[in-house]
Amino acid sequence: MEHIKTIETRNLCESAKNGGCGECQTSCQSACKTSCGIANQECENKNESK
Amino acid sequence: MIHQYKLGGYNIVLDVCSGSIHVVDEVAFDIIAMFEENTREDIIKAMCDKYADREDISPADIEECYAQVESLKDSGKLFAPDTFEPMADKLKAKTAGVIKALCIHIAHTCNLNCSYCFASQGKYHGDRAMMSFEVGKRALDFLVENSGSRRNLEVDFFGGEPLMNFEVVKQMVEYARSIEKEKGKNFRFTLTTNGLLIDDDVIDFANKEMSNVVLSLDGRKEIHDRYRVDYAGNGSWERIVPKFRKLVEARGGKNYYMRGTFTHANPDFLKDIQQMLDLGFSELSMEPVVCAPGDKEELTQEDLPVVMEQYEKLAELMLDRDRQGKPFTFYHYMIDLTGGPCIYKRISGCGSGTEYMAVTPWGDLYPCHQFVGEDKFKLGDIWQGVTNTDIQQEFASCNVYARPDCHDCWAKLYCSGGCAANAYHSTGKVTGVYKYGCELFRKRMECAIMVAIARAFGDNK
Repeated sequence: MEHIKTIETRNLCESAKNGGCGECQTSCQSACKTSCGIANQECENKNESK
Repeated sequence: MIHQYKLGGYNIVLDVCSGSIHVVDEVAFDIIAMFEENTREDIIKAMCDKYADREDISPADIEECYAQVESLKDSGKLFAPDTFEPMADKLKAKTAGVIKALCIHIAHTCNLNCSYCFASQGKYHGDRAMMSFEVGKRALDFLVENSGSRRNLEVDFFGGEPLMNFEVVKQMVEYARSIEKEKGKNFRFTLTTNGLLIDDDVIDFANKEMSNVVLSLDGRKEIHDRYRVDYAGNGSWERIVPKFRKLVEARGGKNYYMRGTFTHANPDFLKDIQQMLDLGFSELSMEPVVCAPGDKEELTQEDLPVVMEQYEKLAELMLDRDRQGKPFTFYHYMIDLTGGPCIYKRISGCGSGTEYMAVTPWGDLYPCHQFVGEDKFKLGDIWQGVTNTDIQQEFASCNVYARPDCHDCWAKLYCSGGCAANAYHSTGKVTGVYKYGCELFRKRMECAIMVAIARAFGDNK
């Protein structure tokens, strides 16, 4: 019996190896301007296998 | 570190450091809660006792479930250790000295007189001013010169009301387009406007040149017109809504946000979101007000449970609208679980004062738009560059691990330590935290992840 379903997510530990290209959007630039959340930012690193 | 919660009929477990998300049954939920502090025998016994009268849960099921939890831990998807702290400074330093985004204060003046404006009616506690093309051009050159190998450069036309200086906006965009190819850059422009001056020219221009348009609308007419009034005290809702509809209709699917503010006057902001939907808008953002402590607009402790409930109902509404084939976007519930930010971004945050700066109409640089007008935060100017290196260093060292209050927070890698301006205005330190905002943020993340789970499972169909 399956007790746990794991949702596919980006592996953060792996992203430490080659993340940080910096091409992604500035966090509060697009809509809020009064808070910081980075969860809704899209990764723009085209050279990295995520 | 893990975070467990129940929402929308799901038992959800977040493994903070691996970024894993698990949806579990009730037995697994209980086992995970006990896992780190108890022995296997104690956990199995506790579960057998708890579920003794449940025919559908046998001791064998419980042992099997325990093994599945253990296996996830062994594979690094549960109870993953926090190995990021020692590399936090190194990760943030990866982009040291590179600027990729500017908030251009094209007009320190406004044709509305909103009492809740964090920018004091666009003047930022100073005098009214308009940016000249010469200053704007130099700001763009400054950005290009300091952007290193970054290709995507963001420029937000902000105010005050940017359309009060529309000619300079157009000139700056024309100039940027004339140099971007030769410089190997891609400018992405955003326009943030209250809508009063939108006309056909603005619509054509914005839809051609702006990657994103942020349109300020607080939702219901009576809520919007309470604060968003002109200098004669007249509400602006009737005048702007037709203009916003026309602009969005002509936008042809390009990015935009209807961006509202909720205050103590409307903690029941879901009604305002519903109003935006009824008007035909689908890309929505609704932000808690940022104001000085004690202002009448400030959200109170009594408002908090109302706001929390609104966030949950908003998540339900999103899934209902999916089922009806009328989906909408809520900015703070956007979460890309597979293609979201890397750990570098999650640790370093918004980049204010380092990758991102605000430029005043006269060319001064500040860490971000929310610090403009606070003299001690002036970084330098667009001709000399950053000269106040002490302040810049304060922002450069500002990562999620530099904030003691964030140490034990499960949401730290979703918010990256939060907004430095909110922290400063709330605690007097950029490395502090705005605790009220943290509570709202955590709730938003719980809801956003629940919506993402429902969508991943097809439960929104």
